[in-house]
Amino acid sequence: ISNGSYDVGRTAHEDEIAAWDVDVLPDGRGLPAGSGDVYTGEEVFVDKCASCHGDFAEGVGNWPVLAGGFDTLADEDPVKTVGSYWPHLSTAWDYINRSMPFGEAGTLTADETYAIVAYIMYSNDMVDDDYVLSHENFADVEMHNSGGFVFDDRPELEYAQWQTEPCMTNCKPSVEITMRATFLDVTPDDGGDSVM
Amino acid sequence: MDDFFKPSRRSFLRGSAAIAAGTVAGAASAQEEADPLITELQDWASYTGVGVDETPYGLPIRFESDVVRRNVEWLTASPISSINFTPIHALEGTITPQGCAFERHHSGAIELTKDDYRLMINGLVDEPLVFTYADLERLPRENHVYFCECAANTGMEWAGAQLNGAQFTHGMIHNMEYTGVPLRTLLREAGLDAAGDIADKWVYVEGADASSNGRSIPMEKALDDVLVAFKANGEALRMEHGYPVRLVVPGWEGNLWVKWLRRVEVTDMAVGSREETSKYTDVYEDGTARKWTWVMDAKSVITSPSPQMPITHGPGPLVISGLAWSGHGQITRVDVSKDGGITWETARLGKQGDTKALTRFYLDIEWNGDPMLLQSRAMDETGYVQPTKDQLRDVRGENAVYHNNCIQTWFVNAEGVAENVEVS
Repeated sequence: ISNGSYDVGRTAHEDEIAAWDVDVLPDGRGLPAGSGDVYTGEEVFVDKCASCHGDFAEGVGNWPVLAGGFDTLADEDPVKTVGSYWPHLSTAWDYINRSMPFGEAGTLTADETYAIVAYIMYSNDMVDDDYVLSHENFADVEMHNSGGFVFDDRPELEYAQWQTEPCMTNCKPSVEITMRATFLDVTPDDGGDSVM
Repeated sequence: MDDFFKPSRRSFLRGSAAIAAGTVAGAASAQEEADPLITELQDWASYTGVGVDETPYGLPIRFESDVVRRNVEWLTASPISSINFTPIHALEGTITPQGCAFERHHSGAIELTKDDYRLMINGLVDEPLVFTYADLERLPRENHVYFCECAANTGMEWAGAQLNGAQFTHGMIHNMEYTGVPLRTLLREAGLDAAGDIADKWVYVEGADASSNGRSIPMEKALDDVLVAFKANGEALRMEHGYPVRLVVPGWEGNLWVKWLRRVEVTDMAVGSREETSKYTDVYEDGTARKWTWVMDAKSVITSPSPQMPITHGPGPLVISGLAWSGHGQITRVDVSKDGGITWETARLGKQGDTKALTRFYLDIEWNGDPMLLQSRAMDETGYVQPTKDQLRDVRGENAVYHNNCIQTWFVNAEGVAENVEVS
């Protein structure tokens, strides 16, 4: 595909690209130079993150739990945290740097983000309390659940068996109600709160 | 902050969901006395109504005040990163009125003017570009109707029947006619020669809001039918739907439909962003998880009768009305069962549906007043048949969170009251 022919739009400046293109790839590309240690991370975390995520990244109320939950993914109630579930460390750096703290996104320095990520790693027992995370050792980190994801396999596991002419009559001998929403009774009064 | 919890965790939350049985009217018969609504002069037939200068941009008449978005507070930690629900139980046809079309934000609905709007194309392109809103309006545009369904639609129902109403079980969806510029047009303006073999390339798309909602899309899809849309149902996008520009990703999970779109980056690998690792990945029973489950499979729901739409007219003619859709293409057939799946009848389609768009179906029956277990089962042009919840759970377990396209059952009792149930 060659260049278009409408001649609409203008060339982006390097400064503009640098301001908006801050994503970090799983191999660490996109990380700025910098570093942060666990101790600094704890201070920043308590100051900027703990009111929702807890002093130990354990989560407050309904807010996300960031630490723990190892080996619970096959349980009835999996606890999916940065430590137990996330496949890439880059995601934590990228998301925190771009979109946290909730309500004050984009205000962290690169070193603060390194420190917060180091503290979350410590909270997940991934590193000791003297650990320093930097752009240089970032790629060395191995994530607990990095091998836990498979590409969408519905075509093999589902589509093949469900692309058949369906039953129309006498499809089962009998039918019983096995669960009722009114027993649980969690639908809001009057069908919910209006958001108008 | 957007996990959908299982029933056991919120059994302490109690509210009244009772729906009163409607009055039962008889079938067509002689009326004993003349109807005063006919025999007496009514105000509206004598006095004047409101003038044409009364309402420059109107809202629905007040008697329709129940046809609104609803939220369910306990689903999320904050209403800023949350979901609300389209009142699909009360709508007909296929086009969703924008004013009651569901919202899902991760850092709230932002206000972004057309003047302040910028769209950047960068990464592995010959020339990184910046477009203004006015630039986008100068490029050849297309019109298409597509459904946008949240990946989590029906997600609260994995472990059992939970919320009592089609709005809540199936209302994270809307269907609009979009006007926009194909993404491929913009990518061609920037030139893809720098990307080399585009078959192995991705685009990373992100919004202008604080959450950014960055997602990776394979280049094949980006060059196929993805639209950079600036109008919906004839007018500008609503603020809460991405004004002034959003991405439209036909057939694929709603999270990819990035709102307030500000940047498209051509990359040589998926970014692995938060929204495609921590979220929008589907955990199996053994603890492994699917990633990149982009397509929304064939699905349907009966919108009336349903828990919010009881039968109030008694036995006799009854319209069973519902919606079907598939991310794989057109809906070709919908079957309806009145006995919980023992026997099926093929419904008729309101009209042949567009590809990857909502399709209306009807089954007109003579209801004898007996209880019913209503189900609908969609089929799409690939031959895929909408599965039962047990079929899905056999493959995936109960913790997938997303992509629940199971057959829904409504139990309609002899009074015409409907309830969300699971059946054997």
